[in-house]
Amino acid sequence: MAEVKESKKALFPMTKKERKLLFDPLNDNNPVTVQVLGICSALAVTSMLLPSIVMAIAVTFVIAFSNLTISLLRNYIPKQVRMIVQLVVIAFLVTIVELTLKAYSYPVYKQLSVFIGLIITNCIVMGRLEAFAMANKPWQSFLDGIGNGLGYGIILIIISFIRELFGRGTLLSGTPLEMKIIGASSDFWIDTTTNPYFGWYVNNNLMVLPAAALFIMGLIIWYQRSKNSKLVDIS
Amino acid sequence: MNSSKYIIGFTALLTAFVALVLSLMYTGLKDKHKQNELLFEKRAVLAAIQDKLGKDVASLDDAEIMDIFTKNVKQSVLDTKGNIVSEEDMIKNGYKGGKAENIDMKVEMRKPKDKRFLPLYTFKDKSGKDIYILRLFGKGLWDEISGYLALDSDKNTIVGASFDHKGETPGMGAEMKDNPKFRAQFKGKKIFDNSGKLVSINVRKGGAVDKEHDVDAISGATLTSDGITDMLKTSLENYYEFLKKTK
Repeated sequence: MAEVKESKKALFPMTKKERKLLFDPLNDNNPVTVQVLGICSALAVTSMLLPSIVMAIAVTFVIAFSNLTISLLRNYIPKQVRMIVQLVVIAFLVTIVELTLKAYSYPVYKQLSVFIGLIITNCIVMGRLEAFAMANKPWQSFLDGIGNGLGYGIILIIISFIRELFGRGTLLSGTPLEMKIIGASSDFWIDTTTNPYFGWYVNNNLMVLPAAALFIMGLIIWYQRSKNSKLVDIS
Repeated sequence: MNSSKYIIGFTALLTAFVALVLSLMYTGLKDKHKQNELLFEKRAVLAAIQDKLGKDVASLDDAEIMDIFTKNVKQSVLDTKGNIVSEEDMIKNGYKGGKAENIDMKVEMRKPKDKRFLPLYTFKDKSGKDIYILRLFGKGLWDEISGYLALDSDKNTIVGASFDHKGETPGMGAEMKDNPKFRAQFKGKKIFDNSGKLVSINVRKGGAVDKEHDVDAISGATLTSDGITDMLKTSLENYYEFLKKTK
């Protein structure tokens, strides 16, 4: 990244290293497309935008705070049981997310069903704890967690945007901002039954299935590697 | 390396802390969870009579749902003889109350057929007619499927249906819930034939044949479709005595 001169005083002053922690996972070191972690949930929950956004927030919360907790405790955790301790912390935070969602956003809770619980097994979380939080200071670990959560979330949102648009013809369905873009009834902006140019269009059923996410993810990885020179040499 | 004492002490302390916080949180939010679950069921019940309400249930907020329920819906419990079981008897049987929502079909279906209790929602429509909403419960391809079937006051003509599932394949079996066209097919169908025999509704692969008792199956989801046929049949058989009564 080119060095940006700090002409104005930033809202949150960060050192160069901290900025790198926060923004590297978005592209150069993306947990999904570069490290290829957390694929399972990225395939499963991305059929619509709303659950993906909720999942992204939930995972970011869990990574950030488990990183913080483990980093705070890192000098006290007995090395022999460190993984179990990490799992307890992750499970603790995931259960908090689950209970909160069930109380305040029940429909989304229903939609995500088992995948909230499965954040515990998301390799990104455990990976960051082992690779980063066990050896770094709390603030850096927290930033690293936020960065990785966002890196995961951004891929989820790109995939679910494509899948919802081409699979169902809607965007943000289930929220007050719901947009019905294209479909075969008068509720949609482009009504394929009457529109002269889009009469041929049908929603792609493949997009609703998790397999579509795999194809889209492959395309994203391809695109990213062809554009990002830093990734060219990696395997 | 840490001593065993330290390891045990550390993990015990951590576990105790985690357990304490989570149990406090769980008890604190328990009422809200229960309330959400009941509201979710109420929405499903009303989805079956969506046409009678003249409104999309998804567009109603929680207060409106509760309002319709308190004003127009009567909840009761039936035994398999078709009689309404009183609140006291239900409490004597170990249930929380005599309301339809106190019944868990998963538990009931495990009992012998004549010992089951069945939930019944009675909706009074604008003209004062009773609409009966029955609970459906069965097995799909992967997991439980369930639903509500609304019958007109003749206990024969279907007014509407709503379905839910736990784990059917998205885009295929899950269409039973996601595709409003599948649900809409049930409207106007009849569950008894002319001689008064219970024939239920067939979810037929390859398209409906019998105009009164068939609906089109979901393409690509044969086993889920068969599951729905079975669910309708077994559930309606549970209610048989009630449906026969005063008909």
